[in-house]
Amino acid sequence: MKVTDELIDYVSSLARLSLSDDEKAKIKDEISKIIDYMDILNQVDTADVEPMSHVLPVTNVFRKDEVVPSYDRDAILANAPDSDEGAFRVPKTVE
Amino acid sequence: MQTYQMTPLELGAKIKAKEIGVEELTAYYLNRIDAVDSDVSAFLRAEKEYAMKEAAEVQTKIDHGTLDSPLAGVPYGIKDNICTLGLETTCASKILSGFQPPYDATLVTKLKENGNVILGKTNMDEFAMGSTTETSYDGITKNPWDLSHVPGGSSGGSAAAVAGREVPFAIGSDTGGSIRQPASYCGVTGMKPTYGTVSRFGLIAYGSSLDQMGPVAPTAKDCAAILDLIMGKDPKDSTSMGMDGTMMDTIDDGAKGLKIGIPTSYFGDGLDGEVKDHVLAAAKLLADHGAEVEEFDLAMVEYAVPAYYIIASAEASSNLSRYDGVKYGYRSEDAEGLRDLYLKTRTEGFGSEVKKRIMLGAFALSSGYYDAYYNKALQVKALIKKSFDEAFAKYDVILGPVAPATAPKIGDSLKDPLKMYLSDIYTVSVNLAGLPGISLPCGFDGNGLPIGVQMIGNAFHDAIVLRAANAYQQLTDFHKQIPEIAMKGAE
Repeated sequence: MKVTDELIDYVSSLARLSLSDDEKAKIKDEISKIIDYMDILNQVDTADVEPMSHVLPVTNVFRKDEVVPSYDRDAILANAPDSDEGAFRVPKTVE
Repeated sequence: MQTYQMTPLELGAKIKAKEIGVEELTAYYLNRIDAVDSDVSAFLRAEKEYAMKEAAEVQTKIDHGTLDSPLAGVPYGIKDNICTLGLETTCASKILSGFQPPYDATLVTKLKENGNVILGKTNMDEFAMGSTTETSYDGITKNPWDLSHVPGGSSGGSAAAVAGREVPFAIGSDTGGSIRQPASYCGVTGMKPTYGTVSRFGLIAYGSSLDQMGPVAPTAKDCAAILDLIMGKDPKDSTSMGMDGTMMDTIDDGAKGLKIGIPTSYFGDGLDGEVKDHVLAAAKLLADHGAEVEEFDLAMVEYAVPAYYIIASAEASSNLSRYDGVKYGYRSEDAEGLRDLYLKTRTEGFGSEVKKRIMLGAFALSSGYYDAYYNKALQVKALIKKSFDEAFAKYDVILGPVAPATAPKIGDSLKDPLKMYLSDIYTVSVNLAGLPGISLPCGFDGNGLPIGVQMIGNAFHDAIVLRAANAYQQLTDFHKQIPEIAMKGAE
Protein backbone atom coordinates (compact mmCIF):
# COMPACT_ATOMS: atom_id res chain seq x y z
CA MET A 1 0.00 0.00 0.00
CA LYS A 2 1.05 3.61 -0.54
CA VAL A 3 2.15 5.53 2.52
CA THR A 4 1.14 9.18 2.08
CA ASP A 5 2.12 12.32 3.98
CA GLU A 6 -1.44 12.44 5.29
CA LEU A 7 -1.14 8.94 6.73
CA ILE A 8 2.15 9.82 8.43
CA ASP A 9 0.58 12.99 9.90
CA TYR A 10 -2.45 11.02 11.09
CA VAL A 11 -0.37 8.29 12.72
CA SER A 12 2.04 10.72 14.38
CA SER A 13 -0.95 12.57 15.79
CA LEU A 14 -2.34 9.29 17.19
CA ALA A 15 1.07 8.60 18.73
CA ARG A 16 1.38 12.15 20.14
CA LEU A 17 4.56 12.81 18.21
CA SER A 18 5.33 15.94 16.23
CA LEU A 19 8.03 15.29 13.66
CA SER A 20 10.28 17.77 11.91
CA ASP A 21 10.12 17.75 8.10
CA ASP A 22 13.41 15.87 7.85
CA GLU A 23 12.37 13.33 10.42
CA LYS A 24 9.01 12.90 8.73
CA ALA A 25 10.60 12.25 5.33
CA LYS A 26 12.98 9.68 6.78
CA ILE A 27 10.32 7.87 8.79
CA LYS A 28 7.93 7.90 5.83
CA ASP A 29 10.55 6.31 3.62
CA GLU A 30 11.43 3.63 6.19
CA ILE A 31 7.84 2.86 7.16
CA SER A 32 6.90 2.57 3.47
CA LYS A 33 9.57 -0.05 2.91
CA ILE A 34 8.61 -1.96 6.04
CA ILE A 35 4.88 -1.95 5.27
CA ASP A 36 5.58 -3.04 1.68
CA TYR A 37 7.53 -5.93 3.09
CA MET A 38 4.80 -6.77 5.60
CA ASP A 39 2.36 -7.16 2.74
CA ILE A 40 3.99 -10.56 2.08
CA LEU A 41 1.61 -11.78 4.81
CA ASN A 42 -1.17 -11.51 2.21
CA GLN A 43 0.28 -14.68 0.64
CA VAL A 44 -0.85 -16.65 3.70
CA ASP A 45 -4.36 -18.06 3.64
CA THR A 46 -5.80 -17.27 7.06
CA ALA A 47 -9.48 -17.55 6.19
CA ASP A 48 -10.19 -20.17 8.85
CA VAL A 49 -7.57 -19.15 11.42
CA GLU A 50 -8.48 -17.69 14.80
CA PRO A 51 -6.21 -14.74 15.72
CA MET A 52 -3.95 -15.85 18.59
CA SER A 53 -3.32 -13.22 21.23
CA HIS A 54 -1.93 -15.38 24.03
CA VAL A 55 0.23 -18.30 23.09
CA LEU A 56 0.12 -20.35 26.30
CA PRO A 57 -2.84 -21.97 28.00
CA VAL A 58 -3.52 -19.26 30.58
CA THR A 59 -7.05 -18.00 31.07
CA ASN A 60 -8.80 -16.10 33.84
CA VAL A 61 -6.10 -15.87 36.47
CA PHE A 62 -7.93 -15.09 39.69
CA ARG A 63 -6.65 -13.98 43.05
CA LYS A 64 -8.28 -13.25 46.37
CA ASP A 65 -9.47 -9.68 46.76
CA GLU A 66 -7.24 -8.85 49.68
CA VAL A 67 -6.27 -5.44 50.93
CA VAL A 68 -2.48 -4.99 50.81
CA PRO A 69 -0.41 -1.86 51.33
CA SER A 70 0.25 0.12 48.16
CA TYR A 71 3.37 2.10 47.36
CA ASP A 72 4.12 5.13 49.43
CA ARG A 73 2.66 8.20 47.74
CA ASP A 74 5.68 10.38 48.32
CA ALA A 75 7.99 7.70 46.89
CA ILE A 76 5.90 7.58 43.71
CA LEU A 77 5.68 11.35 43.43
CA ALA A 78 9.43 11.69 43.94
CA ASN A 79 9.83 10.67 40.27
CA ALA A 80 7.37 13.25 38.96
CA PRO A 81 8.84 16.21 37.07
CA ASP A 82 6.37 18.39 38.99
CA SER A 83 4.07 17.68 41.92
CA ASP A 84 2.09 19.66 44.46
CA GLU A 85 0.08 18.78 47.57
CA GLY A 86 0.34 15.03 46.99
CA ALA A 87 -0.66 15.18 43.33
CA PHE A 88 0.98 15.25 39.89
CA ARG A 89 1.08 18.80 38.59
CA VAL A 90 0.38 19.46 34.90
CA PRO A 91 -0.16 22.61 32.82
CA LYS A 92 -3.59 24.19 33.05
CA THR A 93 -6.08 22.13 31.03
CA VAL A 94 -9.38 23.97 31.50
CA GLU A 95 -10.14 27.68 31.59
CA MET B 1 43.53 -20.02 36.70
CA GLN B 2 42.69 -16.35 37.16
CA THR B 3 39.47 -15.44 38.93
CA TYR B 4 37.84 -13.89 35.86
CA GLN B 5 38.32 -17.13 33.91
CA MET B 6 36.04 -18.95 36.35
CA THR B 7 32.37 -19.61 35.71
CA PRO B 8 29.66 -18.36 38.08
CA LEU B 9 29.21 -21.90 39.46
CA GLU B 10 32.96 -22.21 40.09
CA LEU B 11 32.97 -18.83 41.83
CA GLY B 12 29.94 -19.87 43.90
CA ALA B 13 31.78 -23.00 45.03
CA LYS B 14 34.84 -20.96 46.02
CA ILE B 15 32.67 -18.62 48.08
CA LYS B 16 31.00 -21.57 49.76
CA ALA B 17 34.43 -23.06 50.56
CA LYS B 18 35.47 -19.68 52.06
CA GLU B 19 38.34 -19.44 49.57
CA ILE B 20 37.14 -16.02 48.50
CA GLY B 21 34.96 -13.43 50.21
CA VAL B 22 31.93 -11.78 48.62
CA GLU B 23 33.30 -8.28 49.23
CA GLU B 24 36.67 -9.24 47.79
CA LEU B 25 35.01 -10.73 44.70
CA THR B 26 32.69 -7.75 44.25
CA ALA B 27 35.59 -5.29 44.50
CA TYR B 28 37.55 -7.46 42.06
CA TYR B 29 34.82 -7.22 39.42
CA LEU B 30 34.27 -3.49 40.02
CA ASN B 31 37.98 -3.07 39.26
CA ARG B 32 37.59 -5.16 36.13
CA ILE B 33 34.74 -2.91 34.99
CA ASP B 34 37.05 0.09 35.52
CA ALA B 35 39.78 -1.54 33.45
CA VAL B 36 37.81 -3.10 30.60
CA ASP B 37 34.78 -0.88 30.24
CA SER B 38 36.71 2.19 29.12
CA ASP B 39 37.10 0.29 25.83
CA VAL B 40 33.89 -1.77 25.71
CA SER B 41 31.30 0.59 27.27
CA ALA B 42 29.01 -2.26 28.28
CA PHE B 43 27.80 -0.36 31.34
CA LEU B 44 25.60 2.69 31.57
CA ARG B 45 26.37 2.94 35.26
CA ALA B 46 28.56 0.84 37.54
CA GLU B 47 27.11 1.02 41.05
CA LYS B 48 30.13 0.72 43.34
CA GLU B 49 28.73 1.98 46.62
CA TYR B 50 25.54 -0.04 46.28
CA ALA B 51 27.43 -3.19 45.30
CA MET B 52 29.92 -3.03 48.19
CA LYS B 53 27.14 -2.43 50.71
CA GLU B 54 25.10 -5.37 49.36
CA ALA B 55 28.21 -7.56 49.29
CA ALA B 56 28.86 -6.96 52.99
CA GLU B 57 25.29 -7.99 53.82
CA VAL B 58 25.51 -11.13 51.68
CA GLN B 59 28.79 -12.15 53.31
CA THR B 60 27.15 -11.85 56.73
CA LYS B 61 24.32 -14.13 55.63
CA ILE B 62 26.78 -16.65 54.20
CA ASP B 63 28.75 -16.58 57.47
CA HIS B 64 25.52 -17.28 59.34
CA GLY B 65 24.75 -20.17 57.00
CA THR B 66 21.42 -18.73 55.84
CA LEU B 67 22.20 -18.83 52.11
CA ASP B 68 22.41 -22.15 50.28
CA SER B 69 22.20 -21.13 46.59
CA PRO B 70 25.05 -22.56 44.47
CA LEU B 71 25.56 -19.02 43.20
CA ALA B 72 25.32 -17.19 46.54
CA GLY B 73 27.67 -14.22 46.57
CA VAL B 74 28.31 -14.16 42.83
CA PRO B 75 27.81 -10.60 41.50
CA TYR B 76 26.13 -9.75 38.18
CA GLY B 77 25.23 -7.03 35.72
CA ILE B 78 21.65 -6.23 34.77
CA LYS B 79 20.07 -4.63 31.71
CA ASP B 80 18.81 -1.12 32.22
CA ASN B 81 15.18 -1.94 31.38
CA ILE B 82 14.80 -3.91 34.62
CA CYS B 83 13.65 -2.00 37.70
CA THR B 84 16.12 -1.81 40.56
CA LEU B 85 15.17 -0.10 43.80
CA GLY B 86 17.69 2.64 44.55
CA LEU B 87 19.40 2.41 41.17
CA GLU B 88 18.51 4.66 38.24
CA THR B 89 16.73 2.77 35.44
CA THR B 90 16.41 4.47 32.05
CA CYS B 91 15.94 1.90 29.23
CA ALA B 92 18.82 3.85 27.65
CA SER B 93 16.28 6.55 26.79
CA LYS B 94 16.24 10.28 27.42
CA ILE B 95 12.56 10.03 28.30
CA LEU B 96 13.30 7.96 31.41
CA SER B 97 16.39 9.90 32.47
CA GLY B 98 16.65 10.12 36.22
CA PHE B 99 13.95 7.48 36.87
CA GLN B 100 14.40 5.88 40.30
CA PRO B 101 12.17 2.79 40.46
CA PRO B 102 10.17 2.62 43.70
CA TYR B 103 10.48 -1.19 43.67
CA ASP B 104 12.68 -4.07 42.57
CA ALA B 105 11.64 -6.34 39.70
CA THR B 106 10.63 -9.78 41.00
CA LEU B 107 13.73 -11.20 39.30
CA VAL B 108 15.92 -8.74 41.21
CA THR B 109 14.20 -9.62 44.50
CA LYS B 110 14.80 -13.31 43.85
CA LEU B 111 18.48 -12.83 43.04
CA LYS B 112 18.86 -10.58 46.07
CA GLU B 113 17.34 -13.27 48.31
CA ASN B 114 19.84 -15.74 46.85
CA GLY B 115 22.79 -13.49 47.59
CA ASN B 116 23.57 -12.05 44.16
CA VAL B 117 24.87 -8.50 44.06
CA ILE B 118 24.21 -6.04 41.22
CA LEU B 119 27.43 -4.46 39.91
CA GLY B 120 25.68 -2.02 37.57
CA LYS B 121 23.19 -1.43 34.79
CA THR B 122 24.13 -2.51 31.29
CA ASN B 123 23.62 -0.68 28.01
CA MET B 124 20.93 -1.59 25.50
CA ASP B 125 19.10 -0.34 22.46
CA GLU B 126 16.62 2.34 23.54
CA PHE B 127 13.59 0.52 24.99
CA ALA B 128 15.16 -2.72 23.67
CA MET B 129 14.32 -1.66 20.10
CA GLY B 130 17.28 -2.57 17.97
CA SER B 131 19.70 -5.34 17.10
CA THR B 132 23.01 -3.58 17.72
CA THR B 133 22.87 -1.47 20.94
CA GLU B 134 23.49 1.53 18.68
CA THR B 135 20.09 3.15 19.37
CA SER B 136 21.01 3.74 23.04
CA TYR B 137 20.64 7.39 24.05
CA ASP B 138 23.87 7.05 26.04
CA GLY B 139 26.14 5.90 23.23
CA ILE B 140 27.22 2.60 21.72
CA THR B 141 28.73 -0.53 23.24
CA LYS B 142 31.58 -2.30 21.44
CA ASN B 143 32.13 -5.97 20.75
CA PRO B 144 34.94 -7.23 23.03
CA TRP B 145 36.20 -9.50 20.23
CA ASP B 146 36.70 -6.56 17.86
CA LEU B 147 36.00 -3.03 19.02
CA SER B 148 35.04 -1.92 15.51
CA HIS B 149 32.03 -4.27 15.56
CA VAL B 150 28.71 -4.09 17.40
CA PRO B 151 27.96 -6.46 20.30
CA GLY B 152 24.47 -7.12 18.93
CA GLY B 153 21.32 -6.12 20.71
CA SER B 154 19.28 -5.21 22.33
CA SER B 155 21.00 -6.77 25.39
CA GLY B 156 24.39 -5.84 23.90
CA GLY B 157 25.70 -4.42 27.18
CA SER B 158 24.88 -7.61 29.10
CA ALA B 159 26.50 -9.86 26.47
CA ALA B 160 29.60 -7.67 26.06
CA ALA B 161 30.06 -7.43 29.85
CA VAL B 162 30.07 -11.23 30.15
CA ALA B 163 32.34 -11.66 27.11
CA GLY B 164 34.87 -9.17 28.52
CA ARG B 165 34.54 -10.93 31.89
CA GLU B 166 33.53 -7.64 33.50
CA VAL B 167 30.87 -9.66 35.32
CA PRO B 168 30.50 -13.38 36.06
CA PHE B 169 27.00 -13.30 34.52
CA ALA B 170 24.33 -10.85 33.44
CA ILE B 171 20.59 -10.61 32.95
CA GLY B 172 19.08 -9.54 29.66
CA SER B 173 15.64 -9.40 28.11
CA ASP B 174 14.53 -10.99 24.85
CA THR B 175 11.52 -9.79 22.84
CA GLY B 176 12.66 -11.00 19.41
CA GLY B 177 16.18 -12.31 19.99
CA SER B 178 17.62 -9.63 22.26
CA ILE B 179 19.42 -12.12 24.53
CA ARG B 180 20.30 -14.79 21.98
CA GLN B 181 21.66 -12.63 19.15
CA PRO B 182 24.10 -10.54 21.26
CA ALA B 183 25.17 -13.74 23.06
CA SER B 184 25.96 -15.16 19.62
CA TYR B 185 27.86 -12.06 18.48
CA CYS B 186 29.85 -11.90 21.74
CA GLY B 187 30.69 -15.61 22.07
CA VAL B 188 28.76 -16.25 25.29
CA THR B 189 25.75 -18.34 26.26
CA GLY B 190 22.33 -16.66 26.50
CA MET B 191 18.92 -18.15 27.18
CA LYS B 192 15.40 -16.92 26.56
CA PRO B 193 13.16 -19.08 28.74
CA THR B 194 9.62 -20.15 27.87
CA TYR B 195 7.22 -17.20 28.05
CA GLY B 196 5.82 -17.12 31.58
CA THR B 197 8.78 -18.88 33.22
CA VAL B 198 10.24 -15.70 34.70
CA SER B 199 7.93 -13.03 36.12
CA ARG B 200 7.92 -9.87 34.03
CA PHE B 201 7.03 -7.70 37.03
CA GLY B 202 9.52 -4.83 36.95
CA LEU B 203 10.64 -5.44 33.38
CA ILE B 204 9.80 -2.21 31.57
CA ALA B 205 7.42 -3.34 28.84
CA TYR B 206 8.21 -3.33 25.12
CA GLY B 207 6.08 -6.13 23.60
CA SER B 208 4.31 -7.68 26.57
CA SER B 209 3.23 -10.89 24.82
CA LEU B 210 6.82 -11.51 23.72
CA ASP B 211 9.08 -10.10 26.47
CA GLN B 212 10.98 -12.49 28.70
CA MET B 213 14.09 -12.04 30.83
CA GLY B 214 16.88 -14.57 31.00
CA PRO B 215 20.54 -15.24 31.82
CA VAL B 216 23.72 -14.48 29.90
CA ALA B 217 26.72 -16.46 31.18
CA PRO B 218 29.82 -18.32 30.04
CA THR B 219 28.10 -21.74 29.99
CA ALA B 220 24.72 -23.43 29.66
CA LYS B 221 25.15 -24.99 33.09
CA ASP B 222 25.48 -21.52 34.62
CA CYS B 223 22.34 -20.46 32.74
CA ALA B 224 20.52 -23.47 34.22
CA ALA B 225 21.59 -22.55 37.75
CA ILE B 226 20.54 -18.92 37.22
CA LEU B 227 17.18 -19.90 35.71
CA ASP B 228 16.52 -22.09 38.74
CA LEU B 229 16.88 -18.95 40.87
CA ILE B 230 14.78 -16.55 38.81
CA MET B 231 11.85 -18.66 37.58
CA GLY B 232 8.51 -19.12 39.30
CA LYS B 233 4.90 -18.06 39.40
CA ASP B 234 4.42 -14.52 40.65
CA PRO B 235 1.10 -13.00 41.74
CA LYS B 236 2.37 -9.69 40.34
CA ASP B 237 2.53 -11.13 36.79
CA SER B 238 -0.65 -12.99 35.86
CA THR B 239 1.04 -14.47 32.76
CA SER B 240 3.77 -16.09 34.86
CA MET B 241 3.37 -19.84 35.21
CA GLY B 242 6.53 -21.10 36.84
CA MET B 243 7.64 -24.63 36.15
CA ASP B 244 7.95 -27.93 37.99
CA GLY B 245 11.37 -29.37 38.77
CA THR B 246 14.70 -27.68 38.28
CA MET B 247 16.97 -27.08 35.31
CA MET B 248 19.96 -28.60 37.08
CA ASP B 249 18.28 -32.03 37.61
CA THR B 250 18.81 -33.18 34.02
CA ILE B 251 21.61 -30.85 32.92
CA ASP B 252 24.22 -33.63 32.75
CA ASP B 253 22.07 -36.22 30.96
CA GLY B 254 24.09 -35.82 27.76
CA ALA B 255 23.36 -35.95 24.04
CA LYS B 256 22.42 -39.63 23.85
CA GLY B 257 18.81 -40.15 22.89
CA LEU B 258 18.07 -36.51 22.09
CA LYS B 259 15.95 -36.11 18.96
CA ILE B 260 17.20 -33.05 17.10
CA GLY B 261 15.52 -31.52 14.06
CA ILE B 262 17.36 -29.29 11.57
CA PRO B 263 14.97 -27.01 9.65
CA THR B 264 16.21 -27.01 6.04
CA SER B 265 14.63 -23.59 5.48
CA TYR B 266 17.05 -22.11 8.07
CA PHE B 267 20.03 -22.99 5.89
CA GLY B 268 19.02 -21.47 2.54
CA ASP B 269 19.89 -18.18 0.86
CA GLY B 270 20.92 -15.36 3.13
CA LEU B 271 22.87 -17.50 5.59
CA ASP B 272 26.62 -16.83 5.65
CA GLY B 273 28.67 -19.85 4.55
CA GLU B 274 30.98 -19.93 7.58
CA VAL B 275 28.02 -19.66 9.96
CA LYS B 276 26.26 -22.48 8.13
CA ASP B 277 29.31 -24.77 8.29
CA HIS B 278 29.88 -24.24 12.01
CA VAL B 279 26.23 -24.67 12.95
CA LEU B 280 25.95 -27.90 10.94
CA ALA B 281 29.21 -29.11 12.49
CA ALA B 282 27.64 -28.61 15.92
CA ALA B 283 24.70 -30.80 14.88
CA LYS B 284 27.07 -33.45 13.58
CA LEU B 285 29.05 -33.50 16.80
CA LEU B 286 25.89 -34.13 18.81
CA ALA B 287 24.91 -36.86 16.32
CA ASP B 288 28.34 -38.47 16.77
CA HIS B 289 27.63 -38.63 20.49
CA GLY B 290 24.30 -40.35 20.38
CA ALA B 291 21.74 -37.72 19.36
CA GLU B 292 19.34 -38.59 16.54
CA VAL B 293 19.65 -35.73 14.08
CA GLU B 294 17.52 -35.29 10.96
CA GLU B 295 16.52 -32.53 8.61
CA PHE B 296 12.90 -31.50 8.32
CA ASP B 297 10.72 -28.86 6.71
CA LEU B 298 9.62 -26.13 9.14
CA ALA B 299 6.73 -24.20 7.62
CA MET B 300 6.03 -20.45 7.85
CA VAL B 301 9.66 -19.36 8.42
CA GLU B 302 9.54 -16.44 5.96
CA TYR B 303 6.44 -14.94 7.63
CA ALA B 304 7.85 -14.69 11.14
CA VAL B 305 9.65 -11.34 10.73
CA PRO B 306 6.71 -9.34 9.33
CA ALA B 307 4.27 -10.87 11.85
CA TYR B 308 6.73 -10.15 14.66
CA TYR B 309 7.33 -6.51 13.74
CA ILE B 310 3.60 -5.83 13.47
CA ILE B 311 2.82 -7.41 16.84
CA ALA B 312 5.86 -6.02 18.68
CA SER B 313 5.32 -2.49 17.31
CA ALA B 314 1.60 -2.58 18.09
CA GLU B 315 2.28 -3.57 21.69
CA ALA B 316 5.07 -1.00 21.92
CA SER B 317 2.81 1.82 20.72
CA SER B 318 0.38 0.91 23.48
CA ASN B 319 2.98 0.31 26.21
CA LEU B 320 4.95 3.47 25.46
CA SER B 321 1.87 5.70 25.64
CA ARG B 322 2.62 5.93 29.38
CA TYR B 323 5.56 8.28 28.74
CA ASP B 324 3.78 11.60 28.93
CA GLY B 325 6.07 13.85 30.97
CA VAL B 326 3.75 13.70 33.98
CA LYS B 327 4.61 10.69 36.14
CA TYR B 328 8.37 10.19 35.76
CA GLY B 329 11.38 10.90 33.63
CA TYR B 330 11.86 13.72 31.14
CA ARG B 331 9.41 16.62 30.70
CA SER B 332 9.69 19.21 27.95
CA GLU B 333 10.26 22.64 29.41
CA ASP B 334 8.54 24.88 26.90
CA ALA B 335 5.12 23.27 26.56
CA GLU B 336 1.90 25.26 26.51
CA GLY B 337 -1.03 23.21 27.73
CA LEU B 338 -1.39 19.48 28.31
CA ARG B 339 -1.57 18.21 24.73
CA ASP B 340 1.49 20.25 23.86
CA LEU B 341 3.25 18.81 26.91
CA TYR B 342 2.62 15.25 25.64
CA LEU B 343 3.70 16.13 22.11
CA LYS B 344 6.88 17.97 23.02
CA THR B 345 7.93 15.57 25.79
CA ARG B 346 7.54 12.53 23.56
CA THR B 347 9.06 14.17 20.50
CA GLU B 348 12.11 15.37 22.43
CA GLY B 349 12.34 12.29 24.68
CA PHE B 350 12.21 9.36 22.24
CA GLY B 351 14.92 8.48 19.73
CA SER B 352 14.10 7.92 16.06
CA GLU B 353 13.97 4.09 16.09
CA VAL B 354 11.50 4.19 18.99
CA LYS B 355 9.37 6.83 17.24
CA LYS B 356 9.32 4.74 14.10
CA ARG B 357 8.13 1.62 15.92
CA ILE B 358 5.50 3.52 17.89
CA MET B 359 4.16 4.92 14.62
CA LEU B 360 4.28 1.56 12.89
CA GLY B 361 2.32 0.10 15.80
CA ALA B 362 -0.19 2.95 15.88
CA PHE B 363 -0.68 2.39 12.14
CA ALA B 364 -1.23 -1.37 12.52
CA LEU B 365 -3.78 -0.77 15.27
CA SER B 366 -5.60 2.15 13.65
CA SER B 367 -9.13 1.72 12.36
CA GLY B 368 -9.05 0.81 8.69
CA TYR B 369 -5.76 -1.07 8.98
CA TYR B 370 -6.34 -3.19 12.11
CA ASP B 371 -7.70 -6.23 10.27
CA ALA B 372 -5.22 -6.12 7.40
CA TYR B 373 -2.16 -5.85 9.65
CA TYR B 374 -2.59 -6.51 13.38
CA ASN B 375 -5.28 -9.16 13.12
CA LYS B 376 -3.54 -10.76 10.16
CA ALA B 377 -0.30 -10.95 12.16
CA LEU B 378 -2.14 -12.67 15.04
CA GLN B 379 -3.51 -15.24 12.60
CA VAL B 380 -0.07 -15.85 11.15
CA LYS B 381 1.24 -16.21 14.69
CA ALA B 382 -1.29 -19.03 15.25
CA LEU B 383 0.04 -20.78 12.15
CA ILE B 384 3.66 -20.33 13.27
CA LYS B 385 2.76 -21.87 16.63
CA LYS B 386 1.10 -24.76 14.81
CA SER B 387 4.19 -25.43 12.69
CA PHE B 388 6.33 -25.59 15.85
CA ASP B 389 3.77 -27.90 17.52
CA GLU B 390 4.11 -30.29 14.58
CA ALA B 391 7.90 -30.16 14.82
CA PHE B 392 7.96 -30.83 18.56
CA ALA B 393 5.74 -33.87 18.08
CA LYS B 394 8.85 -35.38 16.46
CA TYR B 395 11.84 -33.60 18.03
CA ASP B 396 13.11 -32.58 21.48
CA VAL B 397 15.23 -29.76 20.11
CA ILE B 398 15.33 -27.71 16.93
CA LEU B 399 18.89 -26.69 16.05
CA GLY B 400 19.85 -23.84 13.74
CA PRO B 401 21.70 -20.55 13.43
CA VAL B 402 21.05 -17.55 15.70
CA ALA B 403 21.76 -14.87 13.11
CA PRO B 404 22.55 -14.95 9.36
CA ALA B 405 26.09 -13.60 9.90
CA THR B 406 28.57 -12.63 12.62
CA ALA B 407 28.59 -9.19 14.27
CA PRO B 408 28.41 -6.34 11.72
CA LYS B 409 30.66 -3.31 11.81
CA ILE B 410 29.53 -0.35 13.89
CA GLY B 411 27.37 1.96 11.76
CA ASP B 412 26.51 -0.56 9.04
CA SER B 413 23.16 -1.90 10.31
CA LEU B 414 21.29 1.35 10.85
CA LYS B 415 21.86 2.35 7.22
CA ASP B 416 19.35 -0.28 6.10
CA PRO B 417 16.72 -0.81 8.82
CA LEU B 418 14.70 -3.35 6.83
CA LYS B 419 17.80 -5.50 6.36
CA MET B 420 18.42 -5.24 10.11
CA TYR B 421 14.87 -6.44 10.83
CA LEU B 422 15.29 -9.34 8.39
CA SER B 423 18.40 -10.48 10.26
CA ASP B 424 16.08 -11.46 13.13
CA ILE B 425 14.63 -14.28 11.02
CA TYR B 426 15.91 -17.14 13.21
CA THR B 427 15.02 -15.63 16.57
CA VAL B 428 11.63 -13.86 16.39
CA SER B 429 9.49 -16.95 15.74
CA VAL B 430 10.64 -18.35 19.10
CA ASN B 431 9.10 -15.32 20.86
CA LEU B 432 5.92 -15.46 18.80
CA ALA B 433 5.43 -19.10 19.84
CA GLY B 434 6.56 -18.48 23.45
CA LEU B 435 9.31 -21.12 23.24
CA PRO B 436 12.61 -21.48 25.10
CA GLY B 437 15.74 -20.83 23.03
CA ILE B 438 19.44 -20.75 23.84
CA SER B 439 22.40 -19.35 21.93
CA LEU B 440 25.86 -20.76 22.52
CA PRO B 441 29.26 -20.39 20.87
CA CYS B 442 30.09 -22.95 18.14
CA GLY B 443 33.12 -21.44 16.43
CA PHE B 444 34.71 -18.34 14.96
CA ASP B 445 34.67 -16.85 11.47
CA GLY B 446 37.76 -15.95 9.44
CA ASN B 447 37.97 -12.57 11.19
CA GLY B 448 37.95 -14.11 14.65
CA LEU B 449 34.35 -13.13 15.43
CA PRO B 450 32.23 -15.64 17.36
CA ILE B 451 29.50 -17.74 15.73
CA GLY B 452 26.51 -18.96 17.72
CA VAL B 453 24.25 -21.99 17.40
CA GLN B 454 20.65 -21.83 18.57
CA MET B 455 18.73 -24.64 20.23
CA ILE B 456 14.97 -24.29 20.59
CA GLY B 457 12.64 -26.44 22.68
CA ASN B 458 8.94 -26.89 23.15
CA ALA B 459 7.19 -24.63 25.67
CA PHE B 460 8.18 -25.52 29.25
CA HIS B 461 10.89 -27.90 28.03
CA ASP B 462 13.63 -25.44 28.96
CA ALA B 463 15.49 -28.19 30.82
CA ILE B 464 16.00 -30.28 27.69
CA VAL B 465 17.31 -27.25 25.77
CA LEU B 466 19.82 -26.59 28.55
CA ARG B 467 20.76 -30.28 28.65
CA ALA B 468 21.44 -30.29 24.89
CA ALA B 469 23.48 -27.09 25.16
CA ASN B 470 25.48 -28.45 28.09
CA ALA B 471 26.10 -31.72 26.24
CA TYR B 472 27.60 -29.71 23.37
CA GLN B 473 29.76 -27.63 25.72
CA GLN B 474 31.10 -30.79 27.39
CA LEU B 475 32.43 -31.76 23.95
CA THR B 476 33.80 -28.38 22.85
CA ASP B 477 35.77 -25.45 24.22
CA PHE B 478 34.45 -22.52 22.15
CA HIS B 479 32.69 -21.23 25.28
CA LYS B 480 36.03 -21.15 27.11
CA GLN B 481 37.59 -18.68 24.65
CA ILE B 482 38.01 -15.22 26.12
CA PRO B 483 38.75 -12.09 24.07
CA GLU B 484 42.15 -10.49 24.47
CA ILE B 485 40.66 -7.31 25.88
CA ALA B 486 39.67 -9.21 29.03
CA MET B 487 43.40 -9.37 29.85
CA LYS B 488 43.30 -5.64 30.55
CA GLY B 489 41.69 -6.26 33.87
CA ALA B 490 43.97 -9.14 34.86
CA GLU B 491 45.79 -8.73 38.16
